[in-house]
Amino acid sequence: MDRLLFTLNNNKVEISVSPSKRLIDVLRDDLDMKSVKEGCGEGECGACAVLKDGLIVTSCLIPAGTITGSNITTLEGLRETERGKCIIEAFADAGAVQCGFCTPGMVLTAEYILSKNNHPNENEIRKNLAGNLCRCTGYDMIVTAIISAAEKVGGLW
Amino acid sequence: MVETYRPDNLEEALKIRNSEKAIPFAGGTDLMVKYKSWTGTLPKFPLPLIFLGHLPELICIEKHKDFVSIGASTTLSTIEDDKRIPVHLRKAISMMAAPPIRNIATIGGNIGNASPAGDTICPLITLDATITLNSLNASRRILLKDFIMGPGRTLLKDNEIITKIDIPLKTYNIELYRKVGTRKANALSKLSFSGVANISNNKIDKIHISVGAVAPIVVRSNEIEKKIIGLRLHEVKSKKEEIIQGYSALIKPIDDQRSTSTYRKKVSINILKYFLTIITNKMDKNKNLC
Repeated sequence: MDRLLFTLNNNKVEISVSPSKRLIDVLRDDLDMKSVKEGCGEGECGACAVLKDGLIVTSCLIPAGTITGSNITTLEGLRETERGKCIIEAFADAGAVQCGFCTPGMVLTAEYILSKNNHPNENEIRKNLAGNLCRCTGYDMIVTAIISAAEKVGGLW
Repeated sequence: MVETYRPDNLEEALKIRNSEKAIPFAGGTDLMVKYKSWTGTLPKFPLPLIFLGHLPELICIEKHKDFVSIGASTTLSTIEDDKRIPVHLRKAISMMAAPPIRNIATIGGNIGNASPAGDTICPLITLDATITLNSLNASRRILLKDFIMGPGRTLLKDNEIITKIDIPLKTYNIELYRKVGTRKANALSKLSFSGVANISNNKIDKIHISVGAVAPIVVRSNEIEKKIIGLRLHEVKSKKEEIIQGYSALIKPIDDQRSTSTYRKKVSINILKYFLTIITNKMDKNKNLC
C-alpha cells in the first residue's frame, strides 16, 4: 500500500491503495464514485472514461500509482458545474440518454470536446466520440446534444 | 501485490532498471490489458513496474535542423496535434485506438511492445526513425528497423530504457498511409501500408515502403527500394510487375482472429499497386507540364 495524493472533483484526496490498482476500482470502491462504469475493462468502450488534467482517459487502463498529483474529474464533479449542467440538460432535451450506462463517459467526453473547441463541427464531435460506445441511441442524439450545448451557452467554454 | 517504482527523474529510473528486474511502464494501455484480472482485483504483473509516463525528460518534442526528436513518454495525442511532426506519422496516429487511449498511450510504449500491429512502428520505419536507448552508464542509438526482432521481441537490454525517437525531416512529394481494420476506431490493424516517395526531374529520387502486420516484423526492403530509385516513368511502368513480385515474396501474413493470410496478402499488394499508380500519375502530370 502506498499513500496516494491527487485531486478528485476539486477536492484533495489522500488514500492508501496499491499502486497497481486500476483507477476505476479506486474511484468506485474506495471513493464511491459510482458514475464510473465498467464495460469492457480493456479501454475500448469508454464507459469508465474520466477527465485526467482535462484530458479524456479510460480509467480501467490507468494504475493508481501513476495519478499522483493529477486532477481527476468524474461526473459527480462535473454535474455540479455550470458546464456540466448545460451538457446534462442538452443530453436530456435531445433524448441522448436511453439505458444510461454510457452516459457518464459520454458527458465527460462532451466536456472534453467543448473544452478543446467551443464550436466543434459534427465530424470533429464524431471523431472525438469514437472511444465511447453506445448501444441504444445510434449516436445521432448525442451529437445533437453536444452541438446544442455549444450553441446554447457558447460562453461557458 | 507487485512492487512498483515511481522515480522522480530519468537517472533514478535508470538506477532502478539497473538493479531490479522490472517492466518499463509508460502509458500502460497494452500492459494493463495484457495482465488484467477480474474486476476489483489487481492486475497480475509478473514483475515489478517502473512508471515512466510522468518523467519530464521523456515528455518532449524538439525540432532540430534536419530531424525532430520525440521523448519516449510523449503521448500519441500530443504527437498527433504537433505540427512539427511529419504528417505521415500524425495521420497514422490519428487512426490508432480512440482519444481516451491516445491521451494515455505513448510512442515509446508502442515501440517497446513491438506488436506486428503496432501502428507507429510501420510509418516510423518508413521515415527512417532511430531510437535512443539509455542505461545507467551508456546510451546507444539504432535504426528502429534493426531494433524490432519479432513479435514482442526487441534489442532492448534489461538495464535499458527507450528514451527518444528521432525522425529525419526529408522532403517527400508523395505519401500514402493506409490502415485496414475492422472499424475506424479502436481496431487493431489487419494490415497497414506506409509509403513515401520523392519525384524530382521526372525520376524517383527517394522511395520508402513499409508494410505492417503481414510478417513477424514490418516489411521494408532496401534492396527493392534501391532498384526503384532513379527510374523514369516508362521504367516504373515496365518494372511494376517485378517490383510487386519482389514485395510479394516478402509479405508472408498469418491467419489469426483478426484476418486471414489470403486477405492480408491480397489487400497489401493492392495498396502497393495503388501507391505505384499514384507515383506514375504524378510523373505523367509533371511530364505534361514541361
